[in-house]
Amino acid sequence: MTQVRVLAGTRKGAFMLTSDEKREKWSVSGPYFGGWEIYHLKGSPVNPNRIYASQNTGWFGQLIQRSDDGGLSWQPVGNDFSYAGGDPGTHLWYDGTPRPWEFKRIWHLEPSRTEAETVYAGGEDAALYKSVDGGVTWTELTGLRKHASAPQWQPGAGGLCVHTVILQEPRIYVAISAAGTFRSDDGGETWLPINHGLVSDGIPDTDAEVGHCVHHVEAHPTRPDTLFMQKHWDVMRSDDAGANWTEISGNLPTDFGFPIAVHPHEPDTIYVVPITSDSLHYPPDGRLRVWRSRTGGNQWDELSAGLPERDCYVNVYRDAMSVDTLGDAGIYFGTTGGQVYCSADSGDSWAPIARDLPAVLSVEVQVLP
Amino acid sequence: MNGGTGGRAEVRVVLPAHLRTLARVHGEVVVSVPGCLTQRALLDALESDFPVLGGTIRDRQTGKRRAFVRFYACEQDLSNNTPDAPLPPSVAAALASGAEPFLVVGAMAGG
Repeated sequence: MTQVRVLAGTRKGAFMLTSDEKREKWSVSGPYFGGWEIYHLKGSPVNPNRIYASQNTGWFGQLIQRSDDGGLSWQPVGNDFSYAGGDPGTHLWYDGTPRPWEFKRIWHLEPSRTEAETVYAGGEDAALYKSVDGGVTWTELTGLRKHASAPQWQPGAGGLCVHTVILQEPRIYVAISAAGTFRSDDGGETWLPINHGLVSDGIPDTDAEVGHCVHHVEAHPTRPDTLFMQKHWDVMRSDDAGANWTEISGNLPTDFGFPIAVHPHEPDTIYVVPITSDSLHYPPDGRLRVWRSRTGGNQWDELSAGLPERDCYVNVYRDAMSVDTLGDAGIYFGTTGGQVYCSADSGDSWAPIARDLPAVLSVEVQVLP
Repeated sequence: MNGGTGGRAEVRVVLPAHLRTLARVHGEVVVSVPGCLTQRALLDALESDFPVLGGTIRDRQTGKRRAFVRFYACEQDLSNNTPDAPLPPSVAAALASGAEPFLVVGAMAGG
């Protein structure tokens, strides 16, 4: 029987929510790693029972946990995220002064689509790591951090972090707050900033090559050159592998937000969760809404069925929205209020599948045969 | 046992709950510390016995105590002692004899 498994990382542990393909009745297990921040969990496309979790606290730092049995048991693997090549140099701090690179945490784990033991990790301060032994050892792909622009990178409010990793091996896209989006066509050896067309009022040169606070980027597997981006402000699209971006915010009530998702079967259907503003991190008018465009942007429809109509002041973080691959596509997102919502009909209607978790940091979905 | 001379000291160590979970232990652990009893020697022995604790007490890159971790023994705060300095004689004696444990503590400010 087909099973759907939602991996939710939260401020105080990880949870797994499971259902059959109807996605009506859900079981919740967890917390796993109770008390720890779980920024991200993700399963391997090659072996779905191989799941990685990024585990962190301010007290005891960073760990990576790995499960080989679908989350029934976990083993800590490697947590040596050294910057390779000696002195890592400096980036800019919030006040514009040079600041030595200092590892803080792993924001995002991206298992390879083709190699069972290969997984990438996006870190703070900004660096991309690769493991080819299932997370036991990690090697920094230094080309990103040593990009010529890196000494000028500044952190976003959440830190200087690699939070988005899209694998189209050997092509890799990453997004960094607040440096922008970068592409490697050689497996991470060399990197190209791909931010032409982005305009950010919060930086001195509004259309600079780097310095943009990109919140999240997604691509549909069948259209590798088409990227959709939720920026600090603005929803953007590129159809040339990031070389040029155009704004597709259209009729959105606000174009600030964090996540963006692409429908699994309709490459021009995308989803965002508009948030009031950069200082008001909650939905406009206290009404939680997902907006869907079936035209690849610009024309958006408000999706409200089953979502809170009033008094809702939660946020949805950048990695907290995901889709499943069932025929009737499931769309999922988690909130800082601890709810995880599911739509089993491409967003037409929604229902909470968990209501009272700790603040949700990430949501990923697996469909198991 | 030793308090700053040769030989080995069997030192009781109390870990905070999260690190006990990681190390899969209950209650205190005992580590065998060779040579002079210093903060570094004690933590090296602890991490040797429990490799999963690597990076959780001391930063992997700098080797420094993580900001929100504290070391106490004999009602003294040893957190800011130089890692390679011999522990104070009375503390070393109490640890080496097993009379007192070495406490690894998550600071109240952490998390």
